[in-house]
Amino acid sequence: MWTIAAKDLRSEFRTREAINASLAFSITILVLFSFAFDPENPDIKIDELAGGLLWMVYSFAAALALNRTFARELQNDCLDALLAAPIPQSALFLGKTLANFALLLAIEILSLAAFGIFYHVNVLEHLASLLLVIVLGTWPMAAMGTFFSAITVNLRLRELMLPVMIYPALVPALLAAISLTGGLLHGDPLRVDDGALKILVSFDIIFTSVAVILIDFVLVG
Amino acid sequence: MSAALEVSGVWKYYGDFPALRDIVLQVNAGSTLALLGRNGAGKTTLLRILAGLSKPSRGSVTIEGADVRREATRRKIGVLGHGISLYEELSAAENLSLFAKLYGVANPEKRVEEMLGRTGLERVRDGLAREFSRGMRQRLAVARVFLHDPEILILDEPFTALDDRAIAVLQSLLNEMHARGRTVIMSTHQLREALELATHVAMIQRGQIVYAGERRQEMLDDTGWLYRTYGEA
Repeated sequence: MWTIAAKDLRSEFRTREAINASLAFSITILVLFSFAFDPENPDIKIDELAGGLLWMVYSFAAALALNRTFARELQNDCLDALLAAPIPQSALFLGKTLANFALLLAIEILSLAAFGIFYHVNVLEHLASLLLVIVLGTWPMAAMGTFFSAITVNLRLRELMLPVMIYPALVPALLAAISLTGGLLHGDPLRVDDGALKILVSFDIIFTSVAVILIDFVLVG
Repeated sequence: MSAALEVSGVWKYYGDFPALRDIVLQVNAGSTLALLGRNGAGKTTLLRILAGLSKPSRGSVTIEGADVRREATRRKIGVLGHGISLYEELSAAENLSLFAKLYGVANPEKRVEEMLGRTGLERVRDGLAREFSRGMRQRLAVARVFLHDPEILILDEPFTALDDRAIAVLQSLLNEMHARGRTVIMSTHQLREALELATHVAMIQRGQIVYAGERRQEMLDDTGWLYRTYGEA
């Protein structure tokens, strides 16, 4: 698992294909929306929009970054070599998910800093809780993106199919993450008994387990 | 001789089309099998199933009595398909180290250096695969396949598109494998090279095995004999 994750991250940092595109996209969207929702305008309560805005940016950026997760293995038939190797397919899936998770997290933290600057929002007040929510919300995006990337790897229209499949499936996790992020940026502390937090944690566990069980069938048939 | 690999009643469908039809084949340990057949006959489909890269629609494949998809079984197999299965953004040494780790090779660094030396790539060990010439990439692909010292080699048209040096490296490694009693299964259109190496021959036609047996002198004397005798007119 760690070998696969290290390989994917090393490849990504040498080509910077996904990180450049996703980061540029995230910052551009945040800048554009900062003009649409003028943070200086007292009629606009930015902390009420912040959760939705941030997770919309995160999820769109994730789709860009995740599209090539398995597609990059098609070059030179590398996927065949990985499937022939004596490792469980779940290790392949989890390794790729970990690499995607680290990549998305880096993009999101940089985007969060940009969000704080452009929208004059104090993201430091509940930073630890905010990072926890980002971690919990990013894991299902990475896991689902990796899983659906495996499903769509042999499709001609995979760049189109991945977002079509991933967004509806992510709705429960995104709604929970938006609710929690909005609350934190509004100044409310994170509560362990918060329903949204429970949904997010449950979604992470259930979806990861289902993907680990099904990945062999998806990859080898 | 014991069976290294057994194929029992394997069928493979793509939709309604049967790409393989009731394949029964036994490959003994230490033998070199040349799998022959025209384009589209089903060679690659069969080799992918033997390598555990695809599941048969019906039937089974066992390697030394165990299911081919078991991790312990996959550790015994080396697969060289149509692609070189190397990462362009990694160096030669990084590519081999990656697969050495995945295959749990003992003392991976030493083995990587050894294989780089065997394939004449030791001086470019830190060069990225994408910067290599075609011949160097092919030799690196050969090094990857032999890295974990597989007991069974599955090669899909291994001589196609290889340059002279890569062919020499591959033939030397295959001869060494054969001398050590390892099993080789290869599909090829290069009949001369394949038949010189092979101890056994199987011919596949429209998804069915039409000949499976020892390599015969007639095949060496006249490489077209097999196709004329068992193939379609």
